Amino acid sequence: MTFTIPIDNGDSVKTAEADSQRTLYPYVTGTSIVAIKYKDGVLMASDMGGSYGSTLRYKNIERMKAIGKHSLLGASGEISDFQEILRYLDELVLNDNMWDDGNSLGPKEVHNYLTRVMYNRRNKFNPLWNTLVLGGVKNGESYLGMVSMIGVSFEDNHVATGFGNHLARPILRDEWRADLSFEDGVKLLEKCMRVLLYRDRSAINKLQIAKITEEGVTVSQPYSLKTFWEFKAFNNPTAGAEGSW
Amino acid sequence: MFRNQYDTDVTTWSPTGRLFQVEYAMEAVKQGSAAIGLRSRSHVVLASVNKAQSELSSHQRKIFKVDDHIGVAIAGLTADGRVLSRYMRSESINHSFTYESPLPVGRLVVRLADKAQVCTQRSWKRPYGVGLLVGGLDESGAHLYYNCPSGNYFEYQAFAIGSRSQAAKTYLERRFESFNESSREDLIKDAILAIRETLQGETLKSSLCTVSVLGVDEPFHFLDQDSIQKVIDTFENVPEEEEDGGEAEAEAAAAEQGGAGDQDVAPMEM
Repeated sequence: MTFTIPIDNGDSVKTAEADSQRTLYPYVTGTSIVAIKYKDGVLMASDMGGSYGSTLRYKNIERMKAIGKHSLLGASGEISDFQEILRYLDELVLNDNMWDDGNSLGPKEVHNYLTRVMYNRRNKFNPLWNTLVLGGVKNGESYLGMVSMIGVSFEDNHVATGFGNHLARPILRDEWRADLSFEDGVKLLEKCMRVLLYRDRSAINKLQIAKITEEGVTVSQPYSLKTFWEFKAFNNPTAGAEGSW
Repeated sequence: MFRNQYDTDVTTWSPTGRLFQVEYAMEAVKQGSAAIGLRSRSHVVLASVNKAQSELSSHQRKIFKVDDHIGVAIAGLTADGRVLSRYMRSESINHSFTYESPLPVGRLVVRLADKAQVCTQRSWKRPYGVGLLVGGLDESGAHLYYNCPSGNYFEYQAFAIGSRSQAAKTYLERRFESFNESSREDLIKDAILAIRETLQGETLKSSLCTVSVLGVDEPFHFLDQDSIQKVIDTFENVPEEEEDGGEAEAEAAAAEQGGAGDQDVAPMEM
């Protein structure tokens, strides 16, 4: 990047040093998040990998965190930016609790707050390099939404980030139903995560599934999916195309 | 009545621990025309007496919509009230924009109170000379608050401020226990009856008062003159009697004609 965009904060144009503190590209990244609404609330799945470029460097990163009483945030993209977002939300939840007045931030409010933050950062050419998934339940109503690093935000019955958009969502479009039980929901998510495991090279076989219902948030212990590598086509992959690998 | 020595600026205490400038500001509230608020579990009604400078002019606006779920009635220096209403609208809209969710009224009144408090602790400022009855909804239902020039705020089931508000307060004190369960219509009727108390002698006409309602599933809006007149007509068949004991008699007569929803009317006291 040789061009610089002057940041005019009213007093002075920022110097080259300050410029180097803007996000240019991500370093340690998490891959897809997949989430669905189900009968009692929202289910979200993510693996625990943090890639450093093409190296799978970190294998114990929790990319889903509970926010307040009613929400769950999952993130893909730059892990350090995710941690920054968690700090913002910590402060938000703290101030909300300090009011101590019977009102509390629901998933809709958190989602919109994050949309504002992401969009504003994008406008300053200093984005938080994440795609965020926000799910929650409040007063019996389930909520599931997404915000991207450029501030695009929407709600849906099922969302996914990154590769999940291409590999998981077609499955969900076919097989999602509003009245999925917990077991069926988990099975559906595992089906999506298995496809991602096979086809996304930054995915690892160590995943967590999180559940939010009216009662609260639970994040499962990490576990792995059974995979099958004995497909005949894997045995002699270049059979149909000599010379390829 | 005159405490001249320690009342020059708001940052001077009197030896008895009072800030006279703040108390004078509260006097200004008592000079304004009456404003009344009452709430049930699900609705809040704000009503005010329309006062005009002269017959030629229009009357002062005393009730403002802050948001779909919050309204405010003011008494005192209406210019101060207008400025504070604008502040409230701004806070409400900023919250809505960031969180896509209505600002809980309890949090708005705290900000308003803190703003008023600042003016009681800066030597170059003066307290706002306006009392605000803030009615609104949040997660826990309907609320009515009174914000004072002193920076204090209190929550009420029903309250009245401004000139001759004591008459309205007396009326409300007898009935307030039933307000929580009141229907929307009864709440409106009680508000108009309370307004009538402050008029003390004048015939109650819909042109003399402004009434506004907000509730669960009902955004803040004003009642039009016809609706107000209809409510007045349900009880205004008894000719108005003079003050003192007459007040209670007229009230009891009106209560009889009020019919259905009206709960226990306290027996007349002479």
